[in-house]
Amino acid sequence: MGNAILQVENLVKRYGDVEAVRGVSFSVEEGEVFGLLGPNGAGKTSTVEVLEGLRARDSGRVSVCGLDPQRDSQALKHEIGAALQSTALPDKLRVMEALRLFASFYRRRRNPEELLERFGLKEKRHAFYNQLSGGQKQRLALAMALVNDPKLLFFDEPTAGLDPQVRREIYDIIEELKRDQKTILMTTHYIEEAERLCDRVAIIDHGNLIALGTPRELKTRSGGTTRIEVRLSKPEPNGTLRNLEGVVDARELDGTYVLHSARPPQTIVSLVKHLEAEGNELVSLEIATPSLEDVFIEMTGRRLRD
Amino acid sequence: MSNFASLTHMRIRLALRNKMFFFFSIVMPFIFFFGYLGFFGKSVPAGAAYFLGPVLALNVMGSFWGLSATIVMFREQGILRRFHVSPVTASDLLASSVVANIALTLPTVTLELLLARLIFHVHTLDNLFGILVLVAIGTMSFACLGLVIASVTNTMQETQVLNQLIWLPLIFLSGATFPLGYLPRVVQRVGLFLPATYLVNAFQQVIVNSASVLSRYTEIASLVFWAILTFFLSMQLFRWEPETKIPRRAKLLVLATAIPFVLLGIWENRTDRILRESQTAFAAFESALDSLRPAVRMTIQPGNAVNPASKSPP
Repeated sequence: MGNAILQVENLVKRYGDVEAVRGVSFSVEEGEVFGLLGPNGAGKTSTVEVLEGLRARDSGRVSVCGLDPQRDSQALKHEIGAALQSTALPDKLRVMEALRLFASFYRRRRNPEELLERFGLKEKRHAFYNQLSGGQKQRLALAMALVNDPKLLFFDEPTAGLDPQVRREIYDIIEELKRDQKTILMTTHYIEEAERLCDRVAIIDHGNLIALGTPRELKTRSGGTTRIEVRLSKPEPNGTLRNLEGVVDARELDGTYVLHSARPPQTIVSLVKHLEAEGNELVSLEIATPSLEDVFIEMTGRRLRD
Repeated sequence: MSNFASLTHMRIRLALRNKMFFFFSIVMPFIFFFGYLGFFGKSVPAGAAYFLGPVLALNVMGSFWGLSATIVMFREQGILRRFHVSPVTASDLLASSVVANIALTLPTVTLELLLARLIFHVHTLDNLFGILVLVAIGTMSFACLGLVIASVTNTMQETQVLNQLIWLPLIFLSGATFPLGYLPRVVQRVGLFLPATYLVNAFQQVIVNSASVLSRYTEIASLVFWAILTFFLSMQLFRWEPETKIPRRAKLLVLATAIPFVLLGIWENRTDRILRESQTAFAAFESALDSLRPAVRMTIQPGNAVNPASKSPP
């Protein structure tokens, strides 16, 4: 395998009494897109901010581009590019001015014209920041992350709050960066985003890393089973659904029964028979192909999105 | 160095695109200018010259207001966060704010000086360079005060309240609105603890008495020392993130910014040098207006008129 451009060992970050990151370890190889997947408040942003040198860590070892983000933060900032969450630019700054301004801060620079072209902002070059749409602002944020031709990119929730169409636009941009062999560490709470964009994914919950691997690995690790979600007219006693044919795991999540089955057709037949015998009725039935959501449910007993 | 230069450039550009800046830093100063020189100064050279100092001081002192608001807004909106992840440092940002402020104040002040000469015939402006030096030093000092205000407040609302609380005594107790010599003795004594008083006095002495800038070394040295202290302090207290709250201990540290003018105030209250200077200036101003009074008296009390040309009513 390639070289690790980023290494994290037992990273801990506290805010007062709250432990936001509780001993997370992972590494990112050069040229890969690495995703931190988890619900809001899982500690993804805190992790990323420590790696960017924006926050001090409480313990653990961290190396980014061969530097310690805390000690060598100034040197590190020349090597990385970042699109942060909840950030903005001055309202009356023009698109081109923003790119030029930020480019001027770096030793290594990319041509702002080229970035405008590439991120579809050419027509907006003279627009004020407050005249841009949400998608355009996000494209500008990504373009600005590239002004110094960084070795490592951090995208923190790059599509949060964007509508689906704009989100797909951003996916295309990130996929293009991926084709260029850019190394990206991104965070997301969207499963499809992690599955579509990331070479490897670390699933994070409550400050802990609970699973790590390629999306395919993670899915097969969860047994390669199919998720069947059913709603019933009457509650079913705990555990009875687990005995149905082919079922490897069954849980109740907010009134929905989530079954994981190795043989879906058999499971459904035996489910229907079981319900008939019990005088219970199916209200709804959904079959989902294995996804990272299953991994999350299996590890935490909760859904990724509440 | 280049980060500092590009940030300064950006701040100037943004200010010129800001309607609030246009109103508070260009329109307002000229309202004060014409109001003070024309109305209070009775449009005569001596009167206009006397009030030019306070007008310039108001213009210069206003710098802390916009500066603190801008930095707090940048922090609240996450703009500072974006700079934080780039190689920009806190000192780049703070120093560029101060320098941009100076650069934005100098043209307005220069225009005011020019108009004072052309419209009000204030001919004691021999010391143009000296006045501009004072403007630059004053703007720097009060801009640094703005930096400290930005560091000790968390929200825009808090900033505006604190600005208001600081602004009112600064303008009313320092001679910037009412002449110091005209104020009650107690107020004069309090005024000697305010940096604004020294700025106003320095302007007046240089404009009215054509004093050399170097003769104002007390005022200059105290303002410069104060600026360095507040700048250093604001660097220590600087916060990039809106969520980072300021520790209570740090708020006490802010009291340290008052030290230079507390010491100078005690000294000046004993020597009364500044008070004497400002009283002399005020007396000169009054006698200059007095020389206008016969003409005034003529119309009010025609019976006593010395002027034979005036007709007394039967």
